[in-house]
Amino acid sequence: MTKMLGRTASGLFWMMRYLERFENTARLIDAGFRMSLTRARTARSEWESVLTTAGMREQYLERHGAFSTRDVVEFMIADRGNPGSLFNSIASVRENARMTRTALTRDLWEAINEASLQFKRDFETGSHRSDLPELLAHVRQQAALVRGTVYGSMLRNEIFRFVKLGSLIERADNTARILDTKYYVLLPSSASVGSSLDTVQWEMILRSASAERSFHWLYGGEIDPAAIVDFLIHDVRLPRSIAYCYDEIIVMLTALETEYGQRTKAHDLAASHEAHITNSTSDAIIGSGLHEFLIDFIARNAALSAQIEADYRFSQ
Amino acid sequence: MVEPQKFFDEMHGFGDGVRAPYEVYSKLLAEMDETRLKGKAAQAEAFFRRTGITFNVYGEAEAEERLIPFDLLPRIISAREWRTLTRGIEQRIKALNAFLHDIYHRQEILRAGRIPEHLVTQNAAFLPQMVGVNPPGGIYTHIVGTDLVRTGPDEFYVLEDNARTPSGVSYMLENRETMLKMFPELFSNVGVESISDYPSLLRRALAASPPLACMGKPTIAVLTPGIHNSAYYEHAFLADQMGVELVEGRDLKVVDGRIAMRTTCGYHPIDILYRRVDDEFLDPLNFNPDSLLGVPGIFDIYRAGGITLANAPGTGISDDKALYSYMPDIIEFYTGQKPLLKNVETWRCSEPQSLSYVLDNLADLVVKEVHGSGGYGMLVGPAASRDEIETFRTKLKTNPSNYIAQPTLSLSTVPIFTDSGLAPRHVDLRPFVLVSPQSIDVVPGGLTRVAMKEGSLVVNSSQGGGTKDTWVLSDD
Repeated sequence: MTKMLGRTASGLFWMMRYLERFENTARLIDAGFRMSLTRARTARSEWESVLTTAGMREQYLERHGAFSTRDVVEFMIADRGNPGSLFNSIASVRENARMTRTALTRDLWEAINEASLQFKRDFETGSHRSDLPELLAHVRQQAALVRGTVYGSMLRNEIFRFVKLGSLIERADNTARILDTKYYVLLPSSASVGSSLDTVQWEMILRSASAERSFHWLYGGEIDPAAIVDFLIHDVRLPRSIAYCYDEIIVMLTALETEYGQRTKAHDLAASHEAHITNSTSDAIIGSGLHEFLIDFIARNAALSAQIEADYRFSQ
Repeated sequence: MVEPQKFFDEMHGFGDGVRAPYEVYSKLLAEMDETRLKGKAAQAEAFFRRTGITFNVYGEAEAEERLIPFDLLPRIISAREWRTLTRGIEQRIKALNAFLHDIYHRQEILRAGRIPEHLVTQNAAFLPQMVGVNPPGGIYTHIVGTDLVRTGPDEFYVLEDNARTPSGVSYMLENRETMLKMFPELFSNVGVESISDYPSLLRRALAASPPLACMGKPTIAVLTPGIHNSAYYEHAFLADQMGVELVEGRDLKVVDGRIAMRTTCGYHPIDILYRRVDDEFLDPLNFNPDSLLGVPGIFDIYRAGGITLANAPGTGISDDKALYSYMPDIIEFYTGQKPLLKNVETWRCSEPQSLSYVLDNLADLVVKEVHGSGGYGMLVGPAASRDEIETFRTKLKTNPSNYIAQPTLSLSTVPIFTDSGLAPRHVDLRPFVLVSPQSIDVVPGGLTRVAMKEGSLVVNSSQGGGTKDTWVLSDD
């Protein structure tokens, strides 16, 4: 049996990275929007941190002076000049899906096509101005439908592995960025000793990672920085934690090793990153610098992505 | 205003009652409720949109994907009519392949003086690189889509032979799928020939002409220019239906004397390439050096027997519009028979007498570029404004040999479903033909293109044309 084209593997991988980005950006906008409603006074700096998490701060400032809700939302959803806007993300999802169409099940293709059409409908009717929560809810629903068809209709073969790898790599990156933007909230500082943690701030972190209900379920009313860091980095029960993503990445790479009969450098690299994550306790991470840990992780994650692209011949 | 009665209608003839092939269908149609039909039309459009059956339009600012309008009323052809067409098409394709072999080898038809030599050897579509090359299986045109038009009960004309890379077969198949979903009851009452095995026939036809270097079961792939090509949907559809890889030029390179595709585990050789990239862009080393769509060196591998290209390079000359007018001679020369299907009368503007006739009668003629396709760059005299005609007159005078002219044919009509009921619209027909060393298969059906605008004769999708399902009846 001939193996699939490297370009197809690339298309599947990036299709899912963009889908994950599409969904996570929507989640970030949602979290930011709630903040702007509940605490009008600090809304500006909240939007700035949302843009920083999404990696769009610099580009935003090239076009806009202040961080107003209207401008930020418009920029993150609709701006064609912003490569990470929802508009551009879903366009990239669909373009990659078209490119790899022969590798997709009919159900998966139709779910992606429908996600793109739904966004277009919302977009054209101006929902991002008149009914933002509705548009964002649609994004989450459509992404869930795509994920559902991935699980419900695809063969568990190489195609599935690259689809999963793309979504896991992107998700690990996004979770690290969410934490990094708000790392100061989680740091033990002299001012915050004895005072309660800013609950709205940590709610926002959890909400951005779609983890607020799960966290309450597990921790009840007990909230402390180490618990949040531990939850988002180490808890393999949480499907958006970094450890969960790396567990699954290893599962996918191991399956590819069996299917292709060869182990890749990417596999070794992923294993070493996984060990690095499991071996650092939350207290140690916070003690020696959460920001440094996250920046280092984001770079490692990007290096793994590049190694996967090289090992599986995504391009010439 | 065009008087509808002056055209032959495939359902109602010249206004003298329902024609035999439509008898059963027309009774069933009469029982259908108009509201239900309207619902079906909307349903069909939603289906096409959801499935993403679209084409890209060149020259539009945003490379928008568009739906081709689909009409619910089938175009029906009787078994007897189909037999006549099939025989005529087979004869033509045999002659085309013999002609291609001849002009790239001994050129006997030129020596016999049946065709002016310069029309072949000076033709941009003639590839000197193909001289002396023997394509695998002896086949030049593995896939053909012959364009036919009808003007009366027994009057069929061949408009174009489309021997390069005919497109539209995915619409033939998806249109049928849509009709089966919408109107299952019609198919249990009317005996319609099935077309659903086209992809497996295509696969078999391709596999029947392996290259010398092929060992064992051939690896087949479809070569596409990429997702921005107007027919990308079709390329992906065919690769998917045949269960073969859809490759782009950037996936391929020469490895150990073979064309190989880059897989996740290294390079794997391809035996047969159904290429949907034109000759010019196939190989930057041998043809257009600026092409990014092809594979450097693929033509050398082809000549050495390392790969089959379908269709063979250089087949474009056989559907050249200037040579078209010689088709009756070509058919007679190679088959010894009179052509079974008619050619449309054609004036070659390169000939001074014809040119002056054409210039005098522009308002009544259709003028086409010799190398044009897709309805771009043509003049439909009766539908053109005075300005358009004058612009074309200048073009013709400047470069007469770039044009041919034909009478405006009274294309047959088939009713379409409009908001105000049924209305006749002009159609053409493109049956698809698969050629292997063993057989020529004309798939019983085809793509019926329909000019959606009242009175319009232009059926090309790029110019707003739509499509219909095409039924070939099983029994007379």
